[in-house]
Amino acid sequence: MSLTRIYGLFLRHFYLITRSFPRILDLVYWPSIQITLWGFISNFFATHTTYYNNAVGVILTCAILYDFLFRTSIGFNMLFLEEIWSRNFTNLFIAPMRIGEILTSLVITALIRSLIGLVPAILLTSPLFGISILDLGIFLFFLFLSLYIFGITLGILVSSGLLRFGPSFENIAWSTMFLLAPFGCIYYPIETLPEIFQKIAYVLPLVYIFEEARNILINQTVNINNVYYAFMWNAFYFSLSIGLFYYSFNAAKNKGTLINMGE
Amino acid sequence: MKNLIEVKNIRKNYGKKEAVKGITFNVEEDEILGLLGPNGSGKTTTIGMLLGLLKPTSGKIFINNLKLEENRIEILEMINFISPYIELPKKLTVKQNLYVYSKLYKVQNIKERIDYLSEKLRIGELLNIITGELSSGQKNRVSLAKALVNEPKVLLLDEPTASLDPEVGDFVRTFLEEYKKEKKISILLASHNMNEVTRLCKSVLMMKNGEIIDQGKPEDLITKHGRTNLEEVFLKLSRSKNEFN
Repeated sequence: MSLTRIYGLFLRHFYLITRSFPRILDLVYWPSIQITLWGFISNFFATHTTYYNNAVGVILTCAILYDFLFRTSIGFNMLFLEEIWSRNFTNLFIAPMRIGEILTSLVITALIRSLIGLVPAILLTSPLFGISILDLGIFLFFLFLSLYIFGITLGILVSSGLLRFGPSFENIAWSTMFLLAPFGCIYYPIETLPEIFQKIAYVLPLVYIFEEARNILINQTVNINNVYYAFMWNAFYFSLSIGLFYYSFNAAKNKGTLINMGE
Repeated sequence: MKNLIEVKNIRKNYGKKEAVKGITFNVEEDEILGLLGPNGSGKTTTIGMLLGLLKPTSGKIFINNLKLEENRIEILEMINFISPYIELPKKLTVKQNLYVYSKLYKVQNIKERIDYLSEKLRIGELLNIITGELSSGQKNRVSLAKALVNEPKVLLLDEPTASLDPEVGDFVRTFLEEYKKEKKISILLASHNMNEVTRLCKSVLMMKNGEIIDQGKPEDLITKHGRTNLEEVFLKLSRSKNEFN
């Protein structure tokens, strides 16, 4: 055993971490986010044991909705990352494609990818657990649409970061959803969060979507305001993400990221 | 002869660093212009600006009389690029890759175009092979097919024969000579292979530290600098301390 060689290999990874802010961020927030998310979930179930009459159904429905959001967002990022990993990025950006065409193509592909994953999951819940997500009725469509728009929005925001900062932004791509999960109130009502976190949650469409899913399943009523607020915030963040993508594209042309991306 | 590429006093700064310092040149129709220079001289930055991947800090670029800044899509339709540093998606077959890029460039008769390029570049037997499984020489010919799929008027080549064995390298050079003669296209060739440049290029630009330090026909530069070949001229100019011309 050579300590010098062991130290040399340690240095190889240490230099990599210390040279990249996204990598440092990645190390720090994964444990923090996991603890925060599961802390809120545990806290809620410990103090509200009778909240869910049909706990399995509500939790599974929320899990499927969240997974759809996760698949859509990651799916979009994956499409972008695939071009970087295969060193095809430059070929794509020298093709006569408008930014709108690139985004539209990725949005459609991400939807198809998500649906391929979603349909078997929905079909499995019925025979395995006697639960159907279709219990949400016609509003299921609006909830899925809202989640899809937000998933795409996150995908575009992360892709903007990849354009601007290059492949080192990749780690952020994997973890955006986990960063937002505690604020999304997927498995617990918004009142479970501390007040400061509630303020953040209220400016995200997620909280309205999951609150409404629980409302329909538990109270058998529909609060159209939740659907409306989800779409309103979605429209805001989606417009913001498109603007940011164009800004990042121009910034990348100034900085030279586009030409170095494939190398 | 009509100029298909016109570069007018372009500069590119990265912060305080000047990567390209106001260079001007033209490439005529049916001409191959060599772009030479040591690593870091600004060749790749210049090509990046011509492809619209980099925004010049100042200056103007015209391709086929269209200003790049205002006609990016129209210009990208008539231009293409090959470099050993970029690749096609590895998990697609060669045919799938060529089909995808034919669609991106809105090629009308895709089958005929792929058949034509397959025959010319001898890649017919590779069409159903996964791109990632090809040898360097095969990948190079497939990348060249992709670069020609849109019948470009302007072709930018960044070290097109780097890492190829002499036989494949010679095949590619011969192909480029014949294709240029047949289609009357303009080619900008960045290369470190001086024999290749001497053989293919009508004239060359020598770049160093972001500037054009000399230009002319290869044989004229050899005579002017009192050397026996272009490689010696390259070494003289790249080692000189700004004793230009």
